[in-house]
This record gives sequence, structure tokens and C-alpha cells, in this order.
Amino acid sequence: MAEEASFTRQLERLEEIVRRLEAEDLDLDQALKLFEEGVERLRLARERLAAAEAKVKQVLSEHAGKLRVEDFDG
Amino acid sequence: MDATLDLFGAASPDGAWTVGEVTRQARAVLEAGLGPLWVRGEVSGFRAWHSGHWYFALRDRTAQIRCVMFQKDNRRLPASPADGMQVFVFGRPTLWEEKGEFRLTVLELLSTERGGLWQLAFEKAKAALQKDGLLDPARKRPLPLYPGRIAVVTSKDGAALRDIIAVTRRRWPVAELFVIPTKVQGDGAEDAICGALALLGRIDRLDVAIVGRGGGSREDLWTFNSERVARGVAAVPVPVISAVGHETDVTLCDLVADHRAPTPSAAAEAATPDQGDVTAELNHLGARLARGLGLRSERVTQRLDRTLDRLGGAATLRLERQRHRLSAVSGRLDALSPLRILERGYALVRDAEGRVLKRVAQLAPGLAFRLRVTDGEVAARVTDS
Repeated sequence: MAEEASFTRQLERLEEIVRRLEAEDLDLDQALKLFEEGVERLRLARERLAAAEAKVKQVLSEHAGKLRVEDFDG
Repeated sequence: MDATLDLFGAASPDGAWTVGEVTRQARAVLEAGLGPLWVRGEVSGFRAWHSGHWYFALRDRTAQIRCVMFQKDNRRLPASPADGMQVFVFGRPTLWEEKGEFRLTVLELLSTERGGLWQLAFEKAKAALQKDGLLDPARKRPLPLYPGRIAVVTSKDGAALRDIIAVTRRRWPVAELFVIPTKVQGDGAEDAICGALALLGRIDRLDVAIVGRGGGSREDLWTFNSERVARGVAAVPVPVISAVGHETDVTLCDLVADHRAPTPSAAAEAATPDQGDVTAELNHLGARLARGLGLRSERVTQRLDRTLDRLGGAATLRLERQRHRLSAVSGRLDALSPLRILERGYALVRDAEGRVLKRVAQLAPGLAFRLRVTDGEVAARVTDS
């Protein structure tokens, strides 16, 4: 899952998990699954924040109308 | 009269001049005697031809002069003058031989009315955008909270781009920046910006775009008042932040964009959350997660709360310290995880569908099930009940 999911989706899912854990009458099995998923998503979100380095790319349009993306050196 | 002009040399043997000879000579006399000059007057009978050339008369109470302003000279102007407008023109007096007509070849035209041609062009374009509903506040889209991809349409070498990169690195390094370099002023800038805006729709998973430039003179910023550029902004499929660095003038690009920022730095701030705030939000969610599971022994919860309280007051502390504390919270959170319980030697019994089996009744003889222990899972079978 998660590595590719957007940060927004990650957070939305986390909020949903927390809401369900708080509000719903879940059996242990479901609660465990949700909790584990939540911990995992939290870990991924934190890792992403810690490792982030704001990559900068440059987008150029080629003659054939295709996009070319390359690292920006500016 | 200039003595070097040979006025009689062209006469034919019968003593008469041809029409062409007269007009040619008259033109030479006129151009030699009257150099380029500024003229003030009122525009009348204005007409723009398909060729792009402008024809009009300049007049005052006593006289009028036919004028032409060629496309190569008028295309720098934001709008055409209207009849009755008071203008200054800089032009070369000449004689148009084909019509035998005295006229002024206009090189420069300035309106003396308030705001001049620039204001006129602005109001015209604004009215057209308004008519099409592009200035409707209901069109404005909210900016994304946690953008993954941010595009920047601006000059490659300007301070604007450097500022946007610096602010994004500081606040929200999670984002990837896609720079679409473009000319932002002068000849061809309008086409270049429109082309760059058209590329935005083709960047996969783009969340938000910043369009702009650093400060400049009113004329330098004029490209951002182009109706075409404004329509280009309106057509971008993701929310657009306009950052045309000018405090007093609002451009059409600003009016059409989903959000207006006074500077490129402010645009980058509007586009991104602050990572310290996001960290705090994650901590908050982590605490709710732990509480939500109901695994809260008083001791652990208190410890978590203390940590969170400290974090709450620490918003102004440097990021490194926040991160340090964050990892402390993570550790405590992990202590709550069932995985840690397994570490102590407990096992979780689940059937093939992943349902937890808690009672003897659920474990019929011969049933295959799975045992989750701390480092993985094994298949098992009930041999006897």
C-alpha cells in the first residue's frame, strides 16, 4: 500500500481509522487490524517527512508534443 | 529650400512633369525638411486592417493629418486608441505617393487619458473575462493541504524561482517541484506563458500550480494582464496561485487565479503546510490511535499525554528537537502495539480469512489455522479438541 499513496490520502485514511476506533463498537480482531494499519501508516508518514528533500525538476516540451522531465540544476 | 535638390532635372522634353515625378520630388522635399516629431491631437476615424496596420486621422480645431501606424510598431501597445481620445504620437511626416496624400507614419502613441491605453486594455479584457464568468468567486478552488506535486511557471533565472524553492524546502520538503521555465516579459512572453500553462494539465498527479514573477515595472508586469494569459490560467485543471510581485496593481492573472499571493515566497507558503504543524498533527493522531484501541493503561497514557503536552508547547522550537521528541512518542506508541505483546511470547490465532479465533468452539479437530508469533506466521492444525 502506502509508500506510493499521497500524503493526503495517508492522513485521510489515518483519520478514518482513528474515528472508527473511537466511535465504532469493533471486535478485537477488527480493532487490531485497524490499529496495526494505523501504526504502519503513521510510521510511513513520519519516514516520508524525515526523508523528504524537495526534489526539483524541470519540465520541457519537445517537438513531438511529448513532455521531458529532467532534474533542475538551477 | 535645399539647394542640392535638382527640382528641374526631372522635367520631360515637353516641359511637363509626370505625376509620379512631382509626388516623388514633393516627398523628398517634405522628408528632408520635416524630421520625426511629436504631435498632439485627437484620434478620429480609427480603423485597424486585417494586416494589423492602423489607420486614423489626428486632428485639432483647425486641421487634420492622416496617420498610419504599422503592425510592427503598434503590436507593443496593449490596446488600440478610440476615436475622440487625446494622444501624443511620435511620427515621421511623409507623402504617400500612390494617393498623393500627406501623412504621418506613427512610430509611438501615448494616450493622455487617465491610465492611458494600459488602463483601457485592462478594462476591456476584464469585462470580457467577467462576461464569461471567469471572475466569479464561486470558481475559486481550495488549495490542497498536503501537496505532493507543485508546478511553478516562471522565469528560470529569476529570484522568484529561487524563493519558491527555498520556502518549499523549508516548509514542506515532501513535495516535488516541477519547474516550467518561461519568458515572463517582452516580445513572445505572452505565447511562452500560455504554452507553459497548457503543459500543466499534462503533469501526472499535479496538486497545485504557482504562476508568477518577481517585482517589476508596470509595463514589465503587463504580460500578466493579457486576456489570453488570464484565460490560460482559468483553464488549468488544478488550483492556481498567482504571484505577480506588485503590491499596488492587481493583474488579471491575479483575478482569475484561485489564490492571489503578493510575492513568490508568499505563494510557496500558501501552497504548502509547515512540516512542524504536520508533525504535531501526526502526534495527535498517534495519541488518538492508541487511546482508540482501548489499550490504555493509565501509566502509558499519562506518559503519552505528558509527551504530547510538551510537544504542544514546543511549536516554536527548532525542528530537530521536534523530530527528536517525535521519535520518543513513536517508541511509546510502538509499546502499545499488539506486535510488542507477541514479542513477549503470546501468539495470535487466526483462521484462513484472518479472523481471530478466541474460543475452543471455534477450533474443531482437523481445522487448519494460522499462528501469528512475533517474527512471522506459521500454519497449524488442531489435532484434538
